[in-house]
Amino acid sequence: MSAPIETDVVIVGAGPVGLFSVFELGLNDISCHLVDILDRPGGQCAELYPEKPIYDIPGYPEITAQGLIDKLMEQIKPFNPTFHFSQMVESLERLPDGRFGLTTDAGTTFRCKAVVIAAGGGSFQPKRPPVAGIEAYEGTSVHYAVRRMDDFRGQDVLIVGGGDSALDWVLNLQPVAKSITLLHRRDDFRAAPHSVDQMRALVADGKVSLVIGQVQSLKGDNGQVTAAVVKDKDNNELEIACTKVLPFFGLTMKLGPVANWGINLEENLIPVDTARFETSEPGIFAIGDINTYPGKIKLILCGFHEAALMTQAVYKIVYPEKRHVFQYTTSSSSLQKKLGVL
Amino acid sequence: MAKITYITADGTTYEVDAEDGSTVMEAAIHNQVPGIEAECGGACACATCHVYVEEPWTEIVGPPQPMEEDMLDFGYDVRPNSRLSCQIRVSAAIDGMIVRVPDRQG
Ligand SMILES: Cc1cc2nc3c(=O)[nH]c(=O)nc-3n(C[C@H](O)[C@H](O)[C@H](O)COP(=O)(O)OP(=O)(O)OC[C@H]3O[C@@H](n4cnc5c(N)ncnc54)[C@H](O)[C@@H]3O)c2cc1C
Ligand code: FES
Repeated sequence: MSAPIETDVVIVGAGPVGLFSVFELGLNDISCHLVDILDRPGGQCAELYPEKPIYDIPGYPEITAQGLIDKLMEQIKPFNPTFHFSQMVESLERLPDGRFGLTTDAGTTFRCKAVVIAAGGGSFQPKRPPVAGIEAYEGTSVHYAVRRMDDFRGQDVLIVGGGDSALDWVLNLQPVAKSITLLHRRDDFRAAPHSVDQMRALVADGKVSLVIGQVQSLKGDNGQVTAAVVKDKDNNELEIACTKVLPFFGLTMKLGPVANWGINLEENLIPVDTARFETSEPGIFAIGDINTYPGKIKLILCGFHEAALMTQAVYKIVYPEKRHVFQYTTSSSSLQKKLGVL
Repeated sequence: MAKITYITADGTTYEVDAEDGSTVMEAAIHNQVPGIEAECGGACACATCHVYVEEPWTEIVGPPQPMEEDMLDFGYDVRPNSRLSCQIRVSAAIDGMIVRVPDRQG
């Protein structure tokens, strides 16, 4: 594990609200790092509806969700935030010196003065395919991601799905696995056309078998899969022998590790006060879709407002000796210097 | 306005009046039809509004668009008459339509 990263604030989640926090904190000379499980900024906007227009962002009669994220990225550029993508914050603890320690599943550690949880609908996690009893095999022979290719060496691998993840792993694992079967419900693939072409070439060469159908159940014991029972498109049942199964059924949002951080929760949301947006743990703040308070609505614009108020409270933690001076970006030369416009 | 009948997995029937221009998903949510979750609010991004369209309405509503077909890959027990209800617009043409709700949404 490398040395901990020291910063004022760690923001958990790089959705629109986490991104705008960088701006508000930055104007107040508060530096931050952001962590997100996704491989890019934007949270729900980027993952769920990038092409859809949003009509209720003040000042934008219409903007696509991705367009908004692009604008936010441009807006926070002067503050040079550091992003840690494709990582999930797993643990959060208070240190003896009053600061906080955070650790991600990739082993990155942080030491910071305040934590902003902007975790939205929760962490994006792989969807479990609709197969009864699949839980019993998870982690041993059913995997939702490939952590080490070596785990698949010499194995009979069944890959289920028709998107980029499924096709990429067909192509990458084919040289190391004993056999690869790709199972998809239709003979049409969402994945990038060149991956589909490469996959079809491997099928034509007899190096990959392609089955059109849907998994009904898994056979095996003690967590070790031996075969998948599949219904093909003509409703015939067949068995595919396999020792590893890799289902790729997209992502869903789950609260995830936030539940284990010792913060009070209310139906999977974090209750906060509406002056500071602080959780039950002093120094830990929650803004955006993840929080709840009387009158809360899950709108981006409400999250932006929460970010501005949260910043006032965080300022007092980061600069306890300083008096906060309220300034407008329009007229304050010091703010304009920070934004690089003066 | 169109009448739509939803039959849930346990056989309960819900008959609702749906407004033109809304979607079959929205009509279900507004009338609290159980089993239609619509996590993404109709963005064709979650496949939790999956329904089976009964004959003869299958032909009338037509097949899914490519984006919807892609999203159906994430559905549970997808069949030839599967559709995502957020992608079916309500109009007089579908008055009387019957859809079945699967026993789970993925
Ligand atoms: C289809 C659709 C349409 C919408 N339309 C509108 C609209 O028109 N107007 C509007 O105002 N709102 C709309 N919304 C809601 C809006 O998208 C949300 O309010 C907004 O995305 C919330 O932003 P957020 O930053 O709080 O959270 P999110 O966007 O949910 O981002 C949270 C991020 O935190 C990450 N995360 C969570 N836990 C961890 C962890 N432990 N470690 C690392 N990362 C973590 C997640 O991966 C995620 O990327 C819509 C939502 C949907 C789904
Ligand atoms: S509501 Fe999400 S796909 Fe229809």
